[in-house]
Amino acid sequence: MSYSNTDGIMIGLEIHVQLNRLKTKMFCGCSTQYHSSPPNTHVCPVCLGLPGALPVINQKAVESAMKVGLALNCEIVEQTQFHRKNYYYPDLPKGYQVSQFDYPIVSNGKVAIEGEDGELVIRIRRAHMEEDPGKLIHMGSIDKSKGTLIDYNRSGMALLEIVTEPDIRSPKEARRFLDKLRNILEYLDVFDSDLEGAMRVDANISLQGGDRTEIKNISSHKGAERALLYEIMRQKNLLRRGEIVTMETRHFDEARGVTTSMRSKEEEHDYRYFPEPDLVPLRVKDRTEKLLQELPELPDAKKERLISQYSISDMHAKALVSNLKIANFYEEVASEVNPKVAATWIADVLKGELNYRDLTIDACKVEDIVQLVTMVMENKITDRSAVEVIRTLLDSGGNCMEIVEKKGLVKVEDNVVEQAVDDVLGENKNAINDYLNGKEQSLNFLVGQVMKKTRGRADPMIVRDIIANRIK
Amino acid sequence: MITEEDVERISWLARIEIDSSKSKEYAEQLNSILDYFQQLEELDTSDIEPTYHVDDLVNVLRSDDIKPSFTQEEALENCENKKDGYFKVPGIM
Amino acid sequence: MPEWMSIRDTKHKIDNLSAEEVTSSYLDTIEKSSINAFTNINKKAIEDAKYYDKNQSDLPLAGVPISIKDNISTKGIPTTCSSRMLENYIPPFNAHVIEKLYEAGAIIIGKTNMDEFAMGGSTETCCGGTTFNPWDTSRVPGGSSGGSAAALAAGESPISLGSDTGGSVRSPASYCGVVAMKPTYGTISRYGLISYSNSLEQIGPMATCVEDIAHIMDVIAGYDNRDSTSIKRDINYSDAIINDSEGMKIGVPTELISDGINPKVEKIVWDAIHKMEDLGAIWKEVSLPTTKYALPAYYILAMSDASSNLARFDGTRYGLQVEGNNWHVMASKTRAQGFGDEVKRRILLGTYALSAGYHDKYYVKALKVRTLVKNDFDRAFNDVDVLMGPTMADIAFKVGEKIEDPLSIYMTDINNVPVNLAGIPSMSVPCGFADKMPVGLQIIGNTFDESSILRCAYTFEQNTNHHKKRPDGVN
Repeated sequence: MSYSNTDGIMIGLEIHVQLNRLKTKMFCGCSTQYHSSPPNTHVCPVCLGLPGALPVINQKAVESAMKVGLALNCEIVEQTQFHRKNYYYPDLPKGYQVSQFDYPIVSNGKVAIEGEDGELVIRIRRAHMEEDPGKLIHMGSIDKSKGTLIDYNRSGMALLEIVTEPDIRSPKEARRFLDKLRNILEYLDVFDSDLEGAMRVDANISLQGGDRTEIKNISSHKGAERALLYEIMRQKNLLRRGEIVTMETRHFDEARGVTTSMRSKEEEHDYRYFPEPDLVPLRVKDRTEKLLQELPELPDAKKERLISQYSISDMHAKALVSNLKIANFYEEVASEVNPKVAATWIADVLKGELNYRDLTIDACKVEDIVQLVTMVMENKITDRSAVEVIRTLLDSGGNCMEIVEKKGLVKVEDNVVEQAVDDVLGENKNAINDYLNGKEQSLNFLVGQVMKKTRGRADPMIVRDIIANRIK
Repeated sequence: MITEEDVERISWLARIEIDSSKSKEYAEQLNSILDYFQQLEELDTSDIEPTYHVDDLVNVLRSDDIKPSFTQEEALENCENKKDGYFKVPGIM
Repeated sequence: MPEWMSIRDTKHKIDNLSAEEVTSSYLDTIEKSSINAFTNINKKAIEDAKYYDKNQSDLPLAGVPISIKDNISTKGIPTTCSSRMLENYIPPFNAHVIEKLYEAGAIIIGKTNMDEFAMGGSTETCCGGTTFNPWDTSRVPGGSSGGSAAALAAGESPISLGSDTGGSVRSPASYCGVVAMKPTYGTISRYGLISYSNSLEQIGPMATCVEDIAHIMDVIAGYDNRDSTSIKRDINYSDAIINDSEGMKIGVPTELISDGINPKVEKIVWDAIHKMEDLGAIWKEVSLPTTKYALPAYYILAMSDASSNLARFDGTRYGLQVEGNNWHVMASKTRAQGFGDEVKRRILLGTYALSAGYHDKYYVKALKVRTLVKNDFDRAFNDVDVLMGPTMADIAFKVGEKIEDPLSIYMTDINNVPVNLAGIPSMSVPCGFADKMPVGLQIIGNTFDESSILRCAYTFEQNTNHHKKRPDGVN
């Protein structure tokens, strides 16, 4: 069923990715591990903007930018240059940001996502390198400010700004794009998405060819979806009332889930871009081959390989590759047990249980899952018991064998079940009659009695079959 | 030519407060210099490339190795208004 | 009595007396001086000199005092750029060149006065008052490195460092009868130089004799990985100190001997050229047709750079901070009070030249004119080794004479700015006197050919007596 996009929604995203896996900042040798350091302890003349300081480009930052570009199917530019973007703000130590203007390092790429109606290709317009400003802490409330505190630890961190074409047609697609992008970046190991400030999103949206609104201050993928949903509603309301949507920048209030107008003079920006005289041009296209070879297997490729190598379903493969560590975990397990069964247990069960508890796959050991799957396959425990084992592993630790023993989850042998069925049928003649007279619930009752007798260790599906066959 | 409105706009862009009573004076001063710049129009540069850098240097890069940073004290040394290790300034609004 | 001393002379004196006595003597001279060449004295100068005396070594500048223009960062010593904005700024780091000087054993005696943020041609725009020309204290010393040149001429410092964006070491050298070099762009690291126009500027050695220029270059020039525009070249500049210019080809650009030139200056410069001829060089007239357009192009570029380079002075991390009810007001008031009129003018014009709608007309146009200027020099250097002409079209003007008309001061650098646009090296050496005031000869070389310039300059110096004259009251 094709997505008709009756509102004519066009969404473009600008994503700032902080290359926090680099050891040093974009233009100086200050360490990037500032997240739990006291303020202003990861600064030097360069990132503090002291007079006389000069920038020097971090080679690894350039290579990271190129790798991201290649992973997004972009073209690498022949010659690129840094530019100064001139504006005043307290978090900007030099009164300009060193960024890129008309020849970004990579451009013209594409990323495939799952759109509303099948695969959708989102074009990447460009990605360029720039530096992060410092961090502001506002004292007091916004209208009765007692001042601003500034920490420049973040100043000078390498950023990659990725800009899409407005090919996204719904908030859901926006969310999926962001998830896919983060996934790819995770595979490239260019950033740690868990650290604060690692990924910041600005969204541009227009309806029915009207003026576009820019939404700033989005700090999560869910937030992006919510902000866009709100904005669509707001704009539709305006249009319904016959009003025009003006081109403006709006601020997303995460707490209230609304966008508000930013009516301040700072919006009159004339950045007066000119090439940074303190930095010379980069001609790095010839490093492309080497970097292509260094690229790891990316999510789409890994998905295809898992499907063909392990004969698992597309749905399972997708779920597994959505997190690199889980995908790696899966392959370790699949090397020891039936891959298809492993896929079911990891993608359908384990992943959900981890999410529910806000845990990562690090909370799990490969051996435990291997043992679990083995026992299930050898019919030693029921599926239900297996789920219980997983939950216990995550909640209280321990290991698979221990838990099965302690909780007495070993599946009862068939003759024990037979015996229990005999006993129950013997004790519940009325229920049998009720069932034969058409009362379906009676069967459930009988199954329940057998489960009670076997202290839950029987497989209810099998018990049901046995009883049904017996009674007939 | 630079008008008084231009002076106000540029002085905001440059964050240099200029008393509105002085806008006219500034405009005059700036225009006399700008007049002098106009003679560049006499030159035909349609086939000329701009020179952004005088030398042929390209690809000046450094390796991703950590260098010592300032101590917090050194960083804040030249600032009179500080608090708890932060630089302190008035609010934005 | 104050005297001119070369590095060699100074080292001899240190051997006979001590570094402490020599430094002390300079500090004494400075204290008694009324030419206002210094903004700050290094409180640790005597201590450093004493240290040298205890740990004598064979270092190239061992115990030799040097004065530093106040836009070069000196750790622990105030660096003000002669601006109210940085009145109390003490850098927490040393410029590359300062590290090099310390490594060579030099003693920094103090920081010299300059036009505010290096924007000027007379050292009159400084917040600490103007500097006076030792040859005639009713006249300016030139700028923006006027303090350095005046200190040299007054015997207050044997050697000095200045900076040259559009003539700022050459003009004061010419007006004060001393020697200075603006090297090829990229030769001396700009790390620590407080930037006015980073596309164009270079730190320049200043001294009372040509040989010292080479010695200073040997210490401070060379690759620095902290400056991305720094060039890797291994040159020994002292090797070029040769008294021989036989066969050297000199070009005399018609445009540098312009209409407005003082006829006495013109004659003195031609005498110098003919002297070189006597010494075995050959000269011919050449043309640099774009010369007159170089000045407006230079100012557009320099002002554009400056408008961005000076944006960091907003009262937040260092320097002056004026109260304001929000950050933008605070920054605007701070900059209004911290910057002088000339600096403000240049920032405003630079902002304008880069702004939307004017960017191509001014900024890009100026960069294209820069290409033409460079092409002119490339063509000229196909036929000749060096170019010669007057550094300045006139002798030093009177204090206050031109300050009300900024454009008139801009015009004085007409012979200097093409060199900065092209990034090529140039020196000014004394070549005579007009109305008792020094006249400077400018010797321009091709990219990285400081050696030809030094050889030419040294030969001229050693075969003339101009460098032996002194201002009244100086030996």
